Amino acid sequence: MARFLLRRVGLALVTLLLLSMIIFLMANVLPGDVGRRILGPFADPRAVAALNHQLGVDRPLVIQYLSWLGGAVHGDFGRSLSFRAPVSDLLSRALVNSLKLAAVAFVMVVPLGILGGIVASLNRDKFLDRLISVTSLSGIAMPEFVTGIVLILLFGITLRIFPITATAPAGSGPLTQIYYLIMPSLPLVFVLFGYIARITRAGMNEALDADYTRTAYLKGLSRGMVIRRHVLRNALLPTVAVVATQTGYLIGGLVIIEFIFNYQGIGQLIFTAAQQKDFPLLQAGVLVVGIVYLTATLIADVLYSLLNPRIRYGGAE
Amino acid sequence: MSQTQAAVPPAVMAAERVLEVEDLHLSFRVRGSDRQAIHGVSFSIGRNESFGLVGESGCGKSTIALCAVRYLPRNARITEGSVRVAGRDLVTMSMPELRRMRSSAVSMVYQNAGAALNPSIRIGEQVAEVFRVGGASGSEATDRARGMLEKVRISDPGRVMHRFPHQLSGGMQQRVIIAMALAPNPQLLILDEPTTALDATVEAEVLDLIAALRREYGTTLLFISHNLGVVTRMCERVGVLYAGQLVEEGDTGTVFDDPRHPYTVGLLRCVPKWGSRKDAGLLDSIPGLPPPVGATTDHCVYADRCALAIDKCRQEYPPLFDVGPGHTSRCFRHEVARDLPRASAASLPGTGQVVASNGHALIELGNVSKTFRQEGQQIQGLVDVSLRIAPGEALGLVGESGSGKSTLAKVLLGLLEPDSGAQLEYQGKNLPVKVGGRGQEQIRAIQIVFQNPGASLNRRHSIRRIVGRAVTKLLGLIGRQREQRLIELARSVRLDRSVLDSRPEQLSGGLKQRVAIARAFAGDPRVVVCDEPTSALDVSVQAAILNLLVDLQRSKGVSYLFISHDLGVVRYLADRIAVLYLGRLLEVGDAETVFGGPHHPYTEALLSAAPILHGEPKTRIRLEGEVPSAANPPSGCVFHTRCPRFLGDICVNQEPPLAESEPGHLIRCHIPIDELRRLQRVGQPPAAQESPEGPAAAKA
Repeated sequence: MARFLLRRVGLALVTLLLLSMIIFLMANVLPGDVGRRILGPFADPRAVAALNHQLGVDRPLVIQYLSWLGGAVHGDFGRSLSFRAPVSDLLSRALVNSLKLAAVAFVMVVPLGILGGIVASLNRDKFLDRLISVTSLSGIAMPEFVTGIVLILLFGITLRIFPITATAPAGSGPLTQIYYLIMPSLPLVFVLFGYIARITRAGMNEALDADYTRTAYLKGLSRGMVIRRHVLRNALLPTVAVVATQTGYLIGGLVIIEFIFNYQGIGQLIFTAAQQKDFPLLQAGVLVVGIVYLTATLIADVLYSLLNPRIRYGGAE
Repeated sequence: MSQTQAAVPPAVMAAERVLEVEDLHLSFRVRGSDRQAIHGVSFSIGRNESFGLVGESGCGKSTIALCAVRYLPRNARITEGSVRVAGRDLVTMSMPELRRMRSSAVSMVYQNAGAALNPSIRIGEQVAEVFRVGGASGSEATDRARGMLEKVRISDPGRVMHRFPHQLSGGMQQRVIIAMALAPNPQLLILDEPTTALDATVEAEVLDLIAALRREYGTTLLFISHNLGVVTRMCERVGVLYAGQLVEEGDTGTVFDDPRHPYTVGLLRCVPKWGSRKDAGLLDSIPGLPPPVGATTDHCVYADRCALAIDKCRQEYPPLFDVGPGHTSRCFRHEVARDLPRASAASLPGTGQVVASNGHALIELGNVSKTFRQEGQQIQGLVDVSLRIAPGEALGLVGESGSGKSTLAKVLLGLLEPDSGAQLEYQGKNLPVKVGGRGQEQIRAIQIVFQNPGASLNRRHSIRRIVGRAVTKLLGLIGRQREQRLIELARSVRLDRSVLDSRPEQLSGGLKQRVAIARAFAGDPRVVVCDEPTSALDVSVQAAILNLLVDLQRSKGVSYLFISHDLGVVRYLADRIAVLYLGRLLEVGDAETVFGGPHHPYTEALLSAAPILHGEPKTRIRLEGEVPSAANPPSGCVFHTRCPRFLGDICVNQEPPLAESEPGHLIRCHIPIDELRRLQRVGQPPAAQESPEGPAAAKA
């Protein structure tokens, strides 16, 4: 197990290194130099050169990359060009916000999705199954900005149950913050419910049809016992993997939701950085999202192997 | 069978039938319509009796087994009749009552033990669960689970209990299933093909175990198998199922020696008699196909395939005739059933020994070794194997799974590169080890027929395209010539021309295997590797395929490398035999010499394990434990850990050479051949049954 973990972490680090190279190259292969892009086409060439030197972008690419990487390892991503503040400060604040939103959505959608999948499977081909199928498909099909805006109109403006912004007033307690985050996370719940419910249903159906389930029934166990003791732990394995990969999406891919609900998350920050040609911020932001994805899949792998003895204890000896 | 009856008070007598199936009708709902699969089956099993249910795939054996625990597919429905276990009808029983029956009165052992165990729960917990359902406390259940695993002769139960199913071998998994089934001491134990997925040696061990436990517990058995030899060994009475109807029933000996239904007669003739060879004549087969599930007839269900059928058979439904004490047959012509005419010719025209083992070899394999590397370990798949195949000769390759049979076949085909030093020759010329390095002529000459025709033929292509592609690739024929060759091939494997336009899924298993054979023969090969070509087929189809292979060998002079776990089939078809164990050749020789003996102790054990339908029961020699790991083979003679004729230190320390002990017969053993002959002729069981290290039941 220790070896397995070590190998997985090692692999994740290599992936991260490759990612950092790709991000760095993408930001640097664009035509023109950085100083010119910042100062505009009519700026004095001397000013451009001076700025380039000041930013260090007149050095060879490899040196630039290594110095950027060296800083990144210590948490120093340089200064943001547009916000005129350390990138790490901006990012960590945005990341915390994103994590809060993701956590609220996660806590709502995971139990709901798994429950939906289980209920659907236990009522296979009956009314409840069809209902859950239709609901989850419509959830996947509807874009977040549509559901987001409908929610704002309905609950924020007409019914006035929830605030229309996601950001709680400064200094609010955790409960208030959660209250502000409920409505923004609902569109995410709609999207993810379908994925989780469907994969859970498929896993359940497979486990219910398995020979070992027949063995359990023929031992004289009741249906409830068979499902709790024999079906669930095998059925939920694929769900674990799906849930974890969707965590990455919950943190990195929420530009629109953050925009609609005016929330300072990492998605919006990266979007702004791209608009403003703020390369230090853009590079660091994408890298952080990459780290989040990798961590999520790493956790999924570890969880999966913890639940699956065939991976934990290797093949037949 | 039920000698206990006399001692039992009369009131209990009524319940002495442990399983009573009465007029059972069952149908499956498929796309909105009901298809009847079981048509009024009735039989009963007395206490302590063992009843075998035989028949080919799709006849309803397993469905009846599942009725006896009332665990049916979602679309199945019992429409009529009753299934009583210990006098209580399962069909009308409430769910809680049914659970009580399952946890105490009736248990089941399944074909695929690996899938029947929960992959994510430890063995100990799964066995203990049976006792907990019965009301035992946690620690008591664990103790009793340990005791139960000991009962099924698992030598280190404490360790096995902590393992997960995938860490056990197939034989061990089946023992665990048997332990779970017997744990509540049920009155009825249902065994659904319990050894079909196991090697012959393991199968023999498991069957012995079942027989021993049955005596000890006094359990009544319902034993389901397609293997008539296994049923002969295990059952006192037998029922023959055909298309969801019981067509014959009686004592096993009587039914198999004096069958009174043409179907039973045909079934028995399909199996190669022990010791019979292709020179003695072709196998008989059953023409036609069983009716599809859902077909209803108001006359004899077998009439369409029956050579004895008269008008009456096609008009009236035959009742069950009493043809002897406790022997019934559902046939109007039961008196003449034994005179059923043969469906295939007894012998081929112009037969005779084709094999010319003198002269040059067609294929020469020299010093073939193959080492696999897996997670830093070296696994020896083949060790220094040298073999020759003469033109027109069928070389049978036998050994347990993992012995290297398929590896050797892949090396010959050039699909697997052997370790350096191997010498491959075809017609005296060097044969490159990689198929890519071989010339067109060499590729055409060496072809293969796979075990599973369903998986080896592309589902999306027509038969014309599948075989035609081989014709074009191997012979370079196109257009009219290609079409001509296709028709010729179809004729030679006895396929109707119309089959060329169908797709694999429209064909039965036997027809698919004929297509696979046609494909292999497309380029007029000189050697065809047959890797278990009939083990996925029913016996009646197997007979037809074996006949075809014999016919092609005679007419085309082709050689075979024939791999099979069924020694009866190998003996029937092969001219020479090679026995592999842990990648090493232990014995090579003419088929009759190898089977007739004296043989290597391993061959002796394999022969002893084979379930035999016809012929004398032999001295039982049982191999204890399992094949050792190829990553860490035993020292000296690799077989010494399981050898029933183990000599002593010499076997542990020194690997015997593969020596020519008599002309054309090579044996790798320290025991001189005359000594082997003496030991084996006397037929005395070996003195020490156990290996020096004791039964190595649990794998390390």
